[in-house]
Amino acid sequence: MSDRAITAGAGIDSQLPEPQEKPLPSAVGTGAALDSGLFEWFGNLGIFSWRVLKAAVTPPFEGRELIRQMDDIGSKSLPLVALAGAAIGAVLSMEVRSSMTRFGATSLLPSAIVFSVIQEMGPIITGLVVSGRVGAGIGAELASMKVTEQIDAMEVSAVNPYRLLAATRIVACILMLPLLTLAADACGLLTGWVAQTLAEPLSLRQFIDAGFRGATLSDFLPPTFKTAVFGLIIGLIACYQGMRTRGGAEGVGRAATNSVVLASLFVILADVVLVKLILVIFH
Amino acid sequence: MNMATAYDAATKQDELEQGAGAFAVAVEDAHKTFGSLKVLDGVSLRVHRGETLAVLGRSGTGKSVLLRLIVGLETPDFGSVRILGQDIAGLSLDRLGVVRKKMGFLFQHAALYDSLTVGENVGFPLRHHRRDLSKAERSDRVNQLLTEVGLENALNKMPSDISGGMQKRVGLARALALEPEILLLDEPTAGLDPISSGEIDDLVLKLQREHQMASIVVTHDLHSAKTIANRLALLDKGNVIIEGNFEDLQQSDIAFVKEFLKQS
Repeated sequence: MSDRAITAGAGIDSQLPEPQEKPLPSAVGTGAALDSGLFEWFGNLGIFSWRVLKAAVTPPFEGRELIRQMDDIGSKSLPLVALAGAAIGAVLSMEVRSSMTRFGATSLLPSAIVFSVIQEMGPIITGLVVSGRVGAGIGAELASMKVTEQIDAMEVSAVNPYRLLAATRIVACILMLPLLTLAADACGLLTGWVAQTLAEPLSLRQFIDAGFRGATLSDFLPPTFKTAVFGLIIGLIACYQGMRTRGGAEGVGRAATNSVVLASLFVILADVVLVKLILVIFH
Repeated sequence: MNMATAYDAATKQDELEQGAGAFAVAVEDAHKTFGSLKVLDGVSLRVHRGETLAVLGRSGTGKSVLLRLIVGLETPDFGSVRILGQDIAGLSLDRLGVVRKKMGFLFQHAALYDSLTVGENVGFPLRHHRRDLSKAERSDRVNQLLTEVGLENALNKMPSDISGGMQKRVGLARALALEPEILLLDEPTAGLDPISSGEIDDLVLKLQREHQMASIVVTHDLHSAKTIANRLALLDKGNVIIEGNFEDLQQSDIAFVKEFLKQS
């Protein structure tokens, strides 16, 4: 018998209430209903997060499953993230070139591309692409396990699903997002240079030298590592939506959709806060 | 003395000598409501070690919810559930896990992990709780369990590639992996043809004889209940309306019991 792990239906932690699936309140609802729905959603998310945290820091640790999830989330997202990064790099180069030429500042083009890609475009594109691919995948997979009682079966087998299913996926997302961001950045810079050199020949070395001139590590490390927070958001929301699913195939579809929509939304909102924090702390 | 009477006598004796801890499962005055729907309304049940209790009733009377309470997948709004003498209310997931290792649960739809093979499904509890066993020993144990349920040739098949009856057998093998003291079966014969149902009944009887577990079987199937249980409990409107052996049910004057037996 091999030791393959589970990839694809919650029991309870008796000390805490079971989060019930309720969609975020509709915008057309009354103000009071909106408030109560939002509080309930965030309250249940808090309870879920506490359970995952408790499970993640107490043994036994699911190292094998964590590595499998890192491979699944990392290597399978890499082509998509690289392609998105490459496309953004090329587009940015063409657009910025047009603006820079208008203001007579073409010599700053490499710096503009490097800073734009590494500080913002690479991280946010990686966050959004992974939200789409991994968020939907985790949401649908866990929702499917939930509605077919596979998660209950796991719990009945005395295996903590918050540890085996949720904690491993969330930690894998946290660890893989910065690495994927580096890949997106590299591809973005490469295609940025290609677009630049097609318009005005410039060696890669010259492009890199000009782009990174005057830059410090604090310009590049915080934006890259902020994506760990994106990973936390994506993993947490996707696992939460998946593991509280009710209602068969329709519920699975809803969980996948909500995972993507909410993870993308919260990634963008978190980006606003993180950019401000980085500016305050590192500049 | 028939089997049920023997168990009743043993139960009373144990109760006198050791209190509620003598029971494998003791549910006391359990209430459970979902929203405005009252599902269980003061259910009390006790199952002695080595005894098999069949819980019968119409759909929606709370039979499966009762099993979920016993295994800790739901908590009662009021009342208590004691497993092997331990009250499971308020236990953390990990502490509840210690109690759950002593229980095996067969879900109505088997709930096999669809990304794992049959062998991996059966080996799942062993992989997580018997880390003292080598891979070869785990593999031997999985083969032994699959042989017990007559599926020695299905080791590498995926759950989607086997029939509903075979899936239930795999679920049963998985439930037995940790050698539980209590076996809970949720509709073990539901959705199966009469021959497969009979085979599952025979298998459950054989396993009970061999492993001497306390069992609770939730079922609609009166014939199956008569075959595998020492004692029957009939649930209606969230409560046990009669408990005893089949003859007790037959002699009951309660209209619902008569109607249930007539329709079954």
